[in-house]
Amino acid sequence: MVPLSKLDAGEVGIVQELDGGRGFVGRLAALGFTRDAEVAMVQNFGRGPLIVTVRDTRIALGRGEAGKIQVAKKRPSR
Amino acid sequence: MKSALLLTSCHDQTTTVVSSSIRGHGDAQLSGKAITVALAGQPNVGKSTVFNVLTGLNQHVGNWPGKTIQQKVGTCRCNGTTITIVDLPGTYSLSANSPEELIAREYIIRERPDVVAVIINAAALERNLYLLAELLALSSPVVVGLNMVDVANHEGIKIEPEVLEAALGVPVVPMVATKNRGIDDLVATITRLVAGDVPYEPKVPEIRPDHKDVLAELYNLCGAHVPEPYPPDWVAIKLLEGDTEITRVMQDHLPDDVWQRVYAILHAHEDAVVDVAGGRYEWIGRMTRAALVRPSIGQVTVTDRLDRVATHPLWGLLLLSGMLGVVFWITYAVGAPLQAWLDSYIVGGLSGLVDNLLANAPLWLWGLVIDGVIGGAGMVITFLPILVIFFTAMGLLEDMGYMARAAYVMDRFMHLMGLHGKSFLPLFVGFGCNVPSVVGTRIIESRRARLLTILLAPLVPCTARMAVVAYLTPIFFATAAPWVAWGLILLSLLVLAVSGVVLNKVLFKGERAAFIMELPLYHVPNWRTIGLSVWQRTAEFLKKAGTLILVVSVIVWVLSVLPYGEVESSLLAGVGRSLAPVGALMGLDWRMMVALLTSFIAKENAIASLGILFGSTGLSAGGAAQEEAQLAVSLKGAFTPAAGLGFLAVQMLFIPCVATVAAIKQETDSWKWTAFSVGLLLLISFVVGIAVYQLARLVGL
Repeated sequence: MVPLSKLDAGEVGIVQELDGGRGFVGRLAALGFTRDAEVAMVQNFGRGPLIVTVRDTRIALGRGEAGKIQVAKKRPSR
Repeated sequence: MKSALLLTSCHDQTTTVVSSSIRGHGDAQLSGKAITVALAGQPNVGKSTVFNVLTGLNQHVGNWPGKTIQQKVGTCRCNGTTITIVDLPGTYSLSANSPEELIAREYIIRERPDVVAVIINAAALERNLYLLAELLALSSPVVVGLNMVDVANHEGIKIEPEVLEAALGVPVVPMVATKNRGIDDLVATITRLVAGDVPYEPKVPEIRPDHKDVLAELYNLCGAHVPEPYPPDWVAIKLLEGDTEITRVMQDHLPDDVWQRVYAILHAHEDAVVDVAGGRYEWIGRMTRAALVRPSIGQVTVTDRLDRVATHPLWGLLLLSGMLGVVFWITYAVGAPLQAWLDSYIVGGLSGLVDNLLANAPLWLWGLVIDGVIGGAGMVITFLPILVIFFTAMGLLEDMGYMARAAYVMDRFMHLMGLHGKSFLPLFVGFGCNVPSVVGTRIIESRRARLLTILLAPLVPCTARMAVVAYLTPIFFATAAPWVAWGLILLSLLVLAVSGVVLNKVLFKGERAAFIMELPLYHVPNWRTIGLSVWQRTAEFLKKAGTLILVVSVIVWVLSVLPYGEVESSLLAGVGRSLAPVGALMGLDWRMMVALLTSFIAKENAIASLGILFGSTGLSAGGAAQEEAQLAVSLKGAFTPAAGLGFLAVQMLFIPCVATVAAIKQETDSWKWTAFSVGLLLLISFVVGIAVYQLARLVGL
């Protein structure tokens, strides 16, 4: 399990856990970051905010926010 | 395939004026049936386009009771039915996390609209259906408007509306609102649903099995105590989600012993919020399984391609500065000449007309009308071109989907001040004019970040302030003038950054709204939507701020002539004299303080006032050029460069012009925050002014 912010562009993670206050977690969950949801990293330059797609939506996240989403890296299927 | 995309016009727009009451059932009874429809939807689904197509100019824009959040109500007619449409704020869910979500759900629960029409973006079906999952738990029947079908097709997403309709048990109408397709069908479906001609058997989402027992227990404990008009089963779910608002309501209504038991259950299931949301997404997965076909992974879309540039840390910044360059170029190339034209023909013409009319009137009346009323009104009028240009530019960038990218690229810089990336654009526009800057903060969702941005906006030096700098720096600093001007701009920005950090710490305890932002798909801008929003914003500013500007202009004019008809001996000069001790700390006398005070009407007034107070000492027979030269000599004689620098520093940071203050009042909807802003800027400008003067003196200027 790694924080979402550790994924490189092109990698896919499966959401395992959300850390943080209830309001924050609730917002993320409503946007589709629920357990077992697939999140694909679109842009991650190692610092600053990053972009992911979850449930057909691209979402910009602060690095701190992305660090609170714990994912399991999905192995490339091919 | 249902032939849903009709092009006939069913919704002829009526001229009924909607009362500001949002209950809406009563007033249209005259002409057949009247129903109320709440328009719900997540952000970026084309909801405002649907609203605009349905109601046209027949809208009433106001605020939700007690909130600074815009409320739009409109009407349309369909086959003898008058439909009142209430545009709910765009929200991702119906939690208690934001005032918008509270407004949306409280409206549906309390006002019980006949139908809730939820607009859904077909290109992000699953996430959009989340709002539907929440809406179905409330009592009003729901119709789904499946919008942006064309965009979804373009992205390779195929949805079969009738399969989705069968799965949900809720009417689903495919639409392309930007091309006016399917909207009539949506209206027809709504009226048929109200008449009972459409089957309505929604499959309401259920909770995950592992929380079923807890939910039942909560329902049993609370059910009998739930106050009207909340649905008890909805209350039970919201409690389990840890909803702060509903928890508070139930704590008030439950007997103490029952509340203790409820509290114990909630405490033991604190993490349930993710599971409840997860349950809703599982339901969505079941609902869409048969209706939705996704493209094979790896397809590169237009949005992907554009974003490679637009969100890149370097290219994105270059693109943004290019776009801003174009916006400012248009402002100066089109806006400034237009402004000058309005000023000389409309305002000048009006003055000339009144001048003739009042030829025989007493002098005080002549002065009041020409200098006070027309002066104030004229300023409001000459503001218009710049406002319209900036509102159009911002509306265009927003509608195209670019605004979120600009915010993303700038976030790392705004972060330092405790601000959101979205604060950047409004603040930047402030270099042109602070008024659209303050009004433009509407794009910031977080209330806190928005207020902070409004408080900081007047610290961005606008063109009028820079005009004063451009006029005075050569007088005091000769060839070093450009460097001093740049230094003053940097000083303003430094003060802005420091104020941002301090205000964020003091007022908001250093909290920063979490940066989570949807990047919508790019699409072709809809001019109708942009035009309407520009019109509404401009009209609102004219109506609300215009009056205030006029009143203040007249008051300041009166103060500047009473009691003897000249500025030197006026009440305003009296105020200036009483400020002289503070001025002395900055090397300034009362005349400079009066010049500062008159800059409240418009920043460039400072120069005109200095001209009157220093220039007209007898020799002014040789026309404007000579007058100017004489003012330069008088100023140079009266003040050291250190004092000149002190004045310029204060001038850059002083209370903004009355138009900006009026905009602050309009946007915060609070006299308290407006007064706070004025007081804060007064404090900042004097402190910085004194510091600059004393430092400059130490250095030997």
